Amino acid sequence: MATVSVKGVSKLFGTFRALDDVSIEFDDGGFYGLLGPSGSGKTTLLRLIAGFEFPDMGAITIGGEAVERLPAEKRDVGMMFQSYALFPNMNVFDNVAFGLTVRKLPRSEIRTRVGEALELVELGGLETRRPHQLSGGQRQRVALARAIVFRPRVLLLDEPLSALDKALRTGMQIELKRIQREIGITTIFVTHDQEEALTLSDRVGVLRDGRLIQEGAPRDLYERPKSAFVATFLGDANLLEGIVEGAAIRLDEGPLVRTTAPLPAIGSRVTVAVRPERITVSPEAQTSGGEHNELGARVEEAIFAGNSLTYMLSRGGRKLRVFAQNTGSEPVSADTPVRLVWAASDTIVVEA
Amino acid sequence: MAVSTTASGGAGRANSPTRAVVLLTGPAYVWLTIAVLLPLLAMFYFSFLTEAPIAGRVGELTLEQYREFLEHGFYTTLILRSLKLGATVAFFCFLLGFPCAYVLAKTIKGRWREALFLLVIIPFWSNALVRVFSWTMVLRGNGLLERSIDFVIPGAGSLGLMFTYPAVVIGLVHSYLPYMILTCYISLQAIDDDLIEAARSLGAKRLTILRRLILPLAMPGIVAGAVLIFVPVIGSFMEPRILGGRHGTFIGTIIEDQFTAVFNWPLGAALSFILLACVLVIFALFAPVLKRAA
Repeated sequence: MATVSVKGVSKLFGTFRALDDVSIEFDDGGFYGLLGPSGSGKTTLLRLIAGFEFPDMGAITIGGEAVERLPAEKRDVGMMFQSYALFPNMNVFDNVAFGLTVRKLPRSEIRTRVGEALELVELGGLETRRPHQLSGGQRQRVALARAIVFRPRVLLLDEPLSALDKALRTGMQIELKRIQREIGITTIFVTHDQEEALTLSDRVGVLRDGRLIQEGAPRDLYERPKSAFVATFLGDANLLEGIVEGAAIRLDEGPLVRTTAPLPAIGSRVTVAVRPERITVSPEAQTSGGEHNELGARVEEAIFAGNSLTYMLSRGGRKLRVFAQNTGSEPVSADTPVRLVWAASDTIVVEA
Repeated sequence: MAVSTTASGGAGRANSPTRAVVLLTGPAYVWLTIAVLLPLLAMFYFSFLTEAPIAGRVGELTLEQYREFLEHGFYTTLILRSLKLGATVAFFCFLLGFPCAYVLAKTIKGRWREALFLLVIIPFWSNALVRVFSWTMVLRGNGLLERSIDFVIPGAGSLGLMFTYPAVVIGLVHSYLPYMILTCYISLQAIDDDLIEAARSLGAKRLTILRRLILPLAMPGIVAGAVLIFVPVIGSFMEPRILGGRHGTFIGTIIEDQFTAVFNWPLGAALSFILLACVLVIFALFAPVLKRAA
């Protein structure tokens, strides 16, 4: 296995800057998620690491070796494609064995290793099936087995679960994590699904317009987003604007909002974000005050979704959103004035 | 009352696909029957006559034409020569056409692809006879080819290509190359680029990818192209006659002679059906291979 390092990498397609001075260290044996909307450059970065494209600037190393000019076939990098890219003219065994046969390994060893790989992805017994005879989930497992069977230094996954239906996806997330841990391979994956990124990764990098805008452990990113973009792209957030006033923020609409986060200089404009699940909808004013924040709002709609409730609220012209667990109590009905309550420590200050 | 109307309505709807099939395919089949099957049947009948029943003459039923074929070994030799010609032309069309189709399908994108496609198809638009005669200008002694060679290497001497077997092959390859390019292009274009990248990430070099992935996946196109070329080349007579001269005698030219020069239609018809039988036997023998490839 190996560490992967990307330093100051830029990639242009014509005049379009797909990647702009991106630097990331991928830990040995880590599971790194590259998250971003489409066109953010995350797939380009993956293709640069795979060797299908070469950077216009910057360096890429795998296990300390400079690889940015090495073509894909010499990089020893396993890749699983979004389309799975199984070879339709070969059966499951030959698909998985492909990386071993091109390396001219002895037949007996190929047999053993393909057997082990198929065992690992729980597909033993399907060796003679053709790709078109497999279900979507099975195809994905074959693609994964094929990408790891030759023991590459790095495993790259391009939107690994996006082609599966939701029920299958959750199962495969757990599977993928188990397999990755079992073989301990450095894994980098690309996704536009924030939940997938948070579930699978040890570290997440958020890309936007070809730039890395924030990276860290999933919890770090979720609890301490540095920008409104990250706050809303990773999960949901209610955004409020105001000006720093002492140790709190004076919202444009008037009320004061407390936070435990460090604040910029007094008088600076900031945006604060509050996660919808951290807010409680309360019918009456809380008297305890202190470390709490409280805002008045009006319920517009309460959307029932079984185990949870989503309140759509309005405050002045602003739309707000609150998630509540279904605890069995009667939901607050529409058009009711309510108080929104949350702890000062749940007020996230993002860049203005 | 209401029940019966719904029932008949349902039956009407169930029938309509059948009617649509008949209406849509009917004209084509009627035309094929009139234009192909009937003349072929007439020819088949002629091949069992002493002479063609035209211009008031009356032929009698006989197996003489088929006996003629069996008695003279040179007809068999000519058929074998034609089969070899068909295979040679199909092979060279593959050799030249496949790389061209690959570049068109996988390397070139957008407007350039259209332009290059046009260049491939233009030979189709020109008259076949004109095309063949233009080759005589190129291939003949002191022709375009020899003069350009002489210009590069003075005193290179004559190639003597005109009126040879290679000249026939050159002319036929030129005529039939677009078939191979088009059929290969279609099957190559259907190969997902992800497959090639996946093979590369697994460590495969270009040649391995070509051998293990691209050729097997393009096989239906290659086989289709080869069949489309092989069959008409076997019966070809114009290119062999004009470019082959003395060496241009094939079964196709002999059959043509029977119809246009010797006026022995029954023998021409018999030879045609023997050739058709040969082709069918070849395809029957290769059927398992062809089926797997396609």
